[in-house]
Amino acid sequence: MEKVKCECGHENPYGTYLCESCGKPLKEEEGKLANMRYEGTARRSQTYRKNVVDKIWNFFSSVKVGIWIIIILLIASSLGTVFPQEMYIPPAADPSVYYYQEYGTLGQLYYQLGFHNLYGSWWYILILAALGISLVIASLDRVVPLYRALRKQRVTRHSKFLERQRLYAVSEETYADPVQKLDEAAEALKKKRYNVRRENGHLLAEKNRFARWGPYVNHVGLIIFLIGGMLRFFPEMYVDESVWVREGETEIVQGTDGEYYIHNNEFIVEYYDDERDDQFQEALENQQDPVVETYETQATLLKPEAGGTIGSETDLEKIKDHDIRVNDPLTYDGYSLYQVDYKLNEFSKFTFALELDDEEIAGTEFTVDLNDPAMSYDLADGYTVEIMEYFPNFEMDENNEPTTINRVPDNPRIIFEVFPPDLDPDDPDTTGEISFLGVQLNEALTEDNEYAIRLTDADLVDVTGLTVRRDRTLPFLIAGGAIFMIGLIQGSYWHHRRIWAQHSNGKIIVAGHANKNWYALKKDFQYAHEQAGLPYPDDQAELNEEEGGSSENGSTKQ
Amino acid sequence: MAQLSSNLLYAAFFLYLLSTVFYAVSITGRKFKDRAGTEKNRAALLGYITAIFAVLTSLGYFAARWIAAGFAPVSNMFEYTAALGIAIALAFVIIYPLYKNNYLGLFTMPVVMLIIAYASMFPREVEPLIPALQSDWLTIHVITTVIGQGILAISFVAGLIYLLAMIDFTKKTKKVKSMEFILFTLIAAVAYIVLGFGFGAAGYEAEFSYVNENNVEAELSYFYPPILGPNEGELITEQGFEPLVEMPANVRSNDANTVIWSVMGGLFLYGLLRLSFRRPVGAMIQPLVKNVNLTTVDEISYRAVAIGFPIFTLGGLIFAMIWAQIAWTRFWGWDPKEVWALITFLFYAAYLHLRLSRGWHGEKSAWLLIIGFALIMFNLIFVNLVIAGLHSYA
Ligand code: HEM
Repeated sequence: MEKVKCECGHENPYGTYLCESCGKPLKEEEGKLANMRYEGTARRSQTYRKNVVDKIWNFFSSVKVGIWIIIILLIASSLGTVFPQEMYIPPAADPSVYYYQEYGTLGQLYYQLGFHNLYGSWWYILILAALGISLVIASLDRVVPLYRALRKQRVTRHSKFLERQRLYAVSEETYADPVQKLDEAAEALKKKRYNVRRENGHLLAEKNRFARWGPYVNHVGLIIFLIGGMLRFFPEMYVDESVWVREGETEIVQGTDGEYYIHNNEFIVEYYDDERDDQFQEALENQQDPVVETYETQATLLKPEAGGTIGSETDLEKIKDHDIRVNDPLTYDGYSLYQVDYKLNEFSKFTFALELDDEEIAGTEFTVDLNDPAMSYDLADGYTVEIMEYFPNFEMDENNEPTTINRVPDNPRIIFEVFPPDLDPDDPDTTGEISFLGVQLNEALTEDNEYAIRLTDADLVDVTGLTVRRDRTLPFLIAGGAIFMIGLIQGSYWHHRRIWAQHSNGKIIVAGHANKNWYALKKDFQYAHEQAGLPYPDDQAELNEEEGGSSENGSTKQ
Repeated sequence: MAQLSSNLLYAAFFLYLLSTVFYAVSITGRKFKDRAGTEKNRAALLGYITAIFAVLTSLGYFAARWIAAGFAPVSNMFEYTAALGIAIALAFVIIYPLYKNNYLGLFTMPVVMLIIAYASMFPREVEPLIPALQSDWLTIHVITTVIGQGILAISFVAGLIYLLAMIDFTKKTKKVKSMEFILFTLIAAVAYIVLGFGFGAAGYEAEFSYVNENNVEAELSYFYPPILGPNEGELITEQGFEPLVEMPANVRSNDANTVIWSVMGGLFLYGLLRLSFRRPVGAMIQPLVKNVNLTTVDEISYRAVAIGFPIFTLGGLIFAMIWAQIAWTRFWGWDPKEVWALITFLFYAAYLHLRLSRGWHGEKSAWLLIIGFALIMFNLIFVNLVIAGLHSYA
């Protein structure tokens, strides 16, 4: 591509709009004001328009396209809130009927379009990917030329450059010693913490240039954040499991490959009490149900002792104790255990006794551990009771056969066989009396049972439900979020301001540019005007507006 | 302590009113010239000082309620909405000295009053915190968010002033209609509050027994006379007034009834204004702002976004994620509240790009800022009360 040569002799890359050296406009444009965006440098997207790569590059580097991507993302996101997402409908519900049942035809349409799982859909991910690509390309397209332009700014500027700035003035007075005026101006501006440079009668005062990098820093942060989010799709980055632990028991922490065990010392639920917490009295009285104050698992984290056999629970070494509450997980080695669920009063042990003619036979009490029952119980005086069949969570299946739903003793039923002292339980030819036991259930399965088994006591236990998480994408998200915030603050709370001044025929000419917050720049001009008699510039954009011109020309767009 | 806190909020409300009056005087009243001949605007200074006292008093409410409850008062609709009103006033007190623009005071203070009055329509008793909400991160998240939203609200007020000043109300254009709609919304909010206080003061309450969406007999209270009655509703209390229309079971009929009252009240007030003055309401306000400097108001509106957006992002997204990671085991769960915070974030990001790179200044920018604030209010009111149901809080 051919270079563009300026009056001052500098050769500019093709596509340059303001001479990189002296700032003289190289192309005539309508309107009075120079377009200061990216300092009038040549950007790749403005320069090459030939092949496919150029076309894609140009597409994604366009802010117009970027804004469309943001708007599309915004609208897509809002659609997902019309009805609840799949993860928020009752766990037992079948989504293919649930949406129709609850929300009618619209709900069905919602389900059929896949909006019930919108945020994980391929097209939503695609929008996010487009956002990421756009961020990368748009930033690269601009940051390099902007960096070059801001780094090699010349102090000496063409008078046309000044004339076409939004803030511009020529002094009315003609000074005998205009250089001294510029000296005074330099002093005043230095007091306002401007960085002042001089060069053969020209002055450039600049401050907060670093703020210009804010958008690029925040975009980098966003990109890191998006990458972190995408890493979630690699299974090893992410553990999401749950464990249920009964009081007094120890369980392997799921998802840790048997590295850690968790012991539940006690689980408690506490309620607000309107006498103790009298500030809530009114609210508590309006409420029928008690309000929970705390869910807490008093837990101990353990790991197998070094050298111990993996999987044997006997050789466990304590790592730490922690009271796991909502909002206060147990955290260790990147894993976190959260209080998310609980079950109160689950059966844990049943105690039975043998009876003969409604009289308990002394010494025949025995206890069945419902989570790990022994199959045979030797009782006093030679009585033996055996468990023939155990259903922790009893149900009749479709063939009307007894079965169990799962291993959780929510509805335990046991088939017992009783051997009085005169029968030998080890003799395969003998059968004892058989009965079927459960809560409020005692059914003889053999005829004319002499002995009865009586449920005398039940032990209950609370169970805590913990979620196990490890998320290796968090460092990316934290880094991305932090960089984003730094960039955002850098670009929002500081503003790049520049003031140019030069003299010509004894007159002082000033011009100013801010990438935003012109108001503050005007105040600085005001200060220099009062302190050093620098002319106070007109706001040419405002003048245009008053003349009926549009405020949307050139330089105000910054 | 709880009594003290509510008294302080009343006091603050009247101080906001006083500040509005001072700002009105500063704009419409005659300017005083001191002996040296420079114009002094005492009323504006008084308005600002009153605003500072009002904010301090409001913060007194906040502190007293914090002490009484034992946690930051930002945990239900009343507390959060009141905090939003206070945050807007706080943002005003911070931004006013930068520009010394009295129009901003004249319009911000009534918005603050409206929001605090709206807040007080929700149940005001101190409610116990459920375990998920007992977190310092939650406190930090909500307070930062509300301050961010307060500052963003200033951009809305500036945008509103801009539009009121520049729209040509003599023609029947879309702009005029849109502005009238915005003003009607504000008037309907006033109607809702006035009617609510009115019926509240009269002690109106009607109890219904009705059949709810699960086909179970239940009871429902009405605080506005029932125009829309519940499904198969039966009045239990003796308070006259039979409902005119019966609602289906899956609509929360007492809320729908309140909406009907507010819209009707709003239409009544709005119609009254239109009929008495025979002009669009915007045209009645316009003379107040005829001398406003459009460039300055535009600049303020943008500046408020530049200041408020990072704070909102920090509170509403980043601190929210930290809290969610600790309380809900994951930093992001796509629940409606979170999604609408993201939407608000994306919207203001789009605004910044449109302004910085595509030159959307002045009028276009002002319209966008009105939409932005509508999103914030939508997330506060609609998402909390309608989408998320009663389980969620602010
Ligand atoms: C949600 C996503 C995005 C966020 C939060 C974001 C944030 C920002 C912010 C805060 C600024 C500074 C604006 C100001 O100071 O007024 C900015 C500038 C900018 N953004 Fe983005 N941005 C996002 C997406 C994009 C995309 C997709 C593009 C692609 C075209 C893009 C291109 C730009 C450009 C060109 C600038 C101006 C840079 C300059 O002035 O040197 N942004 N962005």
